[in-house]
Amino acid sequence: MYAIHTDGVYWLYLLFSIGMNSAKWYYQIGAAQTARHRLGNVRMPATVTPPAAMPNIVYYFGTCLIDLFFPQAGLAGMELLKREGLRVVFPQGQSCCGQPAYNSGHRNQAREVARAQLDAFPQDWPIVVPSGSCAGMMRVHYPDLFKGDRDHDRAVAFANRVYELSWFLVHVLGFEQKLVDKGEKVTVTWHGSCHSMREMGVVDEPKRLLAGLANVTVVENPREKECCGFGGTFAVRQPEISAAMVADKIAAIGETGASRVVSGDCGCLMNIGGALDKAGKTTQAQHLAEFLLERCHGR
Amino acid sequence: MAADFAHRAHDALNNPQLRRNFRRAMDGLMAKRAVQFADQGDWTKLRARGAAIKARALARLPDLLEEFERKATANGIHVHWAETTADANRIVLEILTAHDAKRVIKGKSMVSEEMHLNAHLHAHGIAAVESDLGEYIIQLAGEAPSHIVMPCIHKDKGEIAQLFTDNIKDQPYTEDVDALTAAARTVLRQQFAAADAGLSGANFLVAETGSLVLIENEGNGRLSTTLPPLHIAVTGIEKLVEKLDDVAPLLALLPRSATGQPITTYVNMITGSRKTEELDGPRQVHLVLLDNGRSRVYADAQLRDTLRCIRCGACMNHCPVYARVGGHTYGSVYPGPIGKILTPQLAGLDCAGDLPHASTLCNACVEVCPVQIPIADILVRLRTEAAEPSASPAVKGGGGGGSVVENTVWRGWTAMHANPAAYALATRALALLGNFIPAAAPLLKQWTTMRSKPKFAGKSLHQLARDKGFDHE
Amino acid sequence: MSDARAAILSRLRAAPQLAPPEYPDWQPPRFGNRLERFRIMLEAVHGEVYEVAADQWRERLRAILSAKGVNKVMAAPHLGVDWPEILAYDRPVEDLKELLVDGIDAAVTTTRGAIAETGTLVLWPDVDEPRLLSLLPPIHVALLNQADIADTLAEMMTAQNWAATMPTNVLLISGPSKTADIEQTLAYGVHGPKQLIVLVLQS
Repeated sequence: MYAIHTDGVYWLYLLFSIGMNSAKWYYQIGAAQTARHRLGNVRMPATVTPPAAMPNIVYYFGTCLIDLFFPQAGLAGMELLKREGLRVVFPQGQSCCGQPAYNSGHRNQAREVARAQLDAFPQDWPIVVPSGSCAGMMRVHYPDLFKGDRDHDRAVAFANRVYELSWFLVHVLGFEQKLVDKGEKVTVTWHGSCHSMREMGVVDEPKRLLAGLANVTVVENPREKECCGFGGTFAVRQPEISAAMVADKIAAIGETGASRVVSGDCGCLMNIGGALDKAGKTTQAQHLAEFLLERCHGR
Repeated sequence: MAADFAHRAHDALNNPQLRRNFRRAMDGLMAKRAVQFADQGDWTKLRARGAAIKARALARLPDLLEEFERKATANGIHVHWAETTADANRIVLEILTAHDAKRVIKGKSMVSEEMHLNAHLHAHGIAAVESDLGEYIIQLAGEAPSHIVMPCIHKDKGEIAQLFTDNIKDQPYTEDVDALTAAARTVLRQQFAAADAGLSGANFLVAETGSLVLIENEGNGRLSTTLPPLHIAVTGIEKLVEKLDDVAPLLALLPRSATGQPITTYVNMITGSRKTEELDGPRQVHLVLLDNGRSRVYADAQLRDTLRCIRCGACMNHCPVYARVGGHTYGSVYPGPIGKILTPQLAGLDCAGDLPHASTLCNACVEVCPVQIPIADILVRLRTEAAEPSASPAVKGGGGGGSVVENTVWRGWTAMHANPAAYALATRALALLGNFIPAAAPLLKQWTTMRSKPKFAGKSLHQLARDKGFDHE
Repeated sequence: MSDARAAILSRLRAAPQLAPPEYPDWQPPRFGNRLERFRIMLEAVHGEVYEVAADQWRERLRAILSAKGVNKVMAAPHLGVDWPEILAYDRPVEDLKELLVDGIDAAVTTTRGAIAETGTLVLWPDVDEPRLLSLLPPIHVALLNQADIADTLAEMMTAQNWAATMPTNVLLISGPSKTADIEQTLAYGVHGPKQLIVLVLQS
């Protein structure tokens, strides 16, 4: 159990269940954005600015985790955008941002998978992503991943079109001003995903959306910004530490008294939701897009 | 080593007292730091300045080392160069032997921990007594520091009270912190008075003036560098800054990041040995500059950023992994995030290759680093150095490539995700069959110790998007 | 050893040359009332601050020392400290070690100035007031001219051109000696003074 990554049986198993591959290995949160400026190498959250003109068409990158496990959350994000009058295009050729391989040190593999995404999203439309982690991979790390590659320019242009969903709703669509809460009174707490906050710089936007819902009480979890312990390969390489982290996370969520924990990343949600369920807690874990669609459009 | 980290983590996670001690300490330190940097604008500017100061110094490092040596030598400081810790130990021993020094009093120095200096001196009949209270406590316990700033943070006062009763003559058992502190003062005061030499580290070396800058709260650092007739400082070659003016912003960053103090009680700037007319201070001051792999780190433009570190420990204070497993789990002198990037580079990826993987890449460390070290980037870079084969690896012990099985898995993963048709086929198969994978299967076994089995949806988002009539191009 | 020097420097010189970055803009803070800031910061770390007219500090000092039950006091003779058992640090430390380590109750020193931002005293020890004077006795009384309080260390270093004039030892002192090594519980006087008393001499 401790040395699983050197255990051939484990790897063979992985090979035979490529699906689990994409499920588990996907979670490798993290990535390393390399914003280079005059200070040398530093890492700051991405500086994201809205598209020059209000778009009427957007691409949607659903992420492979949502694709396999949480398609309703992905669909909810598309519905939200559509109901704002946008034409939402979901390229069928999309798969995964490449983060699992990138964070495991397999840059060449990550680049090939990333290149497939460059191919799948050819038009100059914004790419909206219902995951801060995948968005961070594409916006922050693609330029570095393709450094010296024939597709570098294409990757940079692609990266600059990537938006995290809640950021796009707030800063591009002005959704905060359009919130109409059609739901019953409910108490929720927010979980900020590490990459959403620290790579994409999305910290307040989702909370502003939640705060704008009249019948929703948001109770702050004092450990809201602490990692839930998912961490992609970390969850399988260091399962005990990961388990300890998510145990603390659900305990902190429990102390808020909220009936739901809302987040913007399905990696965190799979981890937190799975732990809540396993522990027999009634607290539900839900993606922000699904929650917003339910509140604003009654479903 | 891989198994070692996980085994030690297992033990730490199952030690409730250790978990409690670390959690409480890290919560306190994070809260104190947050108060110090409440103004985001000020913090952003200050840390950018701090990062630039260290990056500038690194850009000119060989020149600055020579300038420092010239100035320090002119001030009467003897400068020595050591390629390895063995060299550094030999140099220190030679200096002590030349002075017939048998008793050494030590201020806190992580480089001396890196050298395992105490053991080396002990083997040659020289007693080295730690005088920082935390270091003194762990020396009594025969342990290594578990934190670079607060070495005995893993111990509670009950354990310390027992240690004192067992080791200090006529010391009654007491958990009163003032009484314990007073007992240490009494014992160590005599050790200071009797010491033939004082040994310290250094936080900054100023090339412009040839000065050593040391910070501390207790006064033991000042005593170690002032009272004995001989002072030997050991430090890494990366501690250089260009100018004295560079020290002020770094001092505004280091203690606030480390312990949430506006400044440490003492800042001690040493620019030379005792002059003829002066009445105290050591008659000889020696400085040992240690490389021990740092010049190799320096050789890579990205990895070089590791050397900006000013050893504040904020990365470990904010690390969700460190908070749960503590410093000893890392099995290296430098624990936590900075240890995860520094240790594999100094010791080699073949020795410490598990450390870069002991991270969720949550970036909490990056957010608080006062010199903006892109720790997460470097973690990923080190994973890459281990995974990709290379005949001339940038990192010691790297370039071996992943295992055959691991590489095969990633090739399979790539084949699935880089090809839309293969992806469609695989996801459809998983939607149909994925939920039949038993929870006891190897991968799921770890997952389901704490979480329910994830459920594959009957229809993928690709399918739903088509069903709902969303355009696909 | 010179081999090590040459080897290290040559490895460093063989590494990629990176242009040194410019200094990004950063200005040290300023404080309207420097004395007030100094007092708040020093008192927060257990220091005592008393304002006194410049010609009355000796009386005030005597009162403070009396109240603290002090016997042996060490100070530079030229200060003219008025105290029954007054001693001078007038010999090399080797000849005074025993007394200094365990025989003095309080030391009085001057200061070069202070830093408002952090509540810090600045000392440049010299032959009249050697380095250990402010460290070994359990009480340290420091005399500070109010006019010598600067906003920040950065300001003072630059204004006084320290880089050109660094003495053997420069000390920044912000409070009595302390430790939090045992369960992050603060304890004072672990190695240096347990009490730091500052007399601010008003101009």
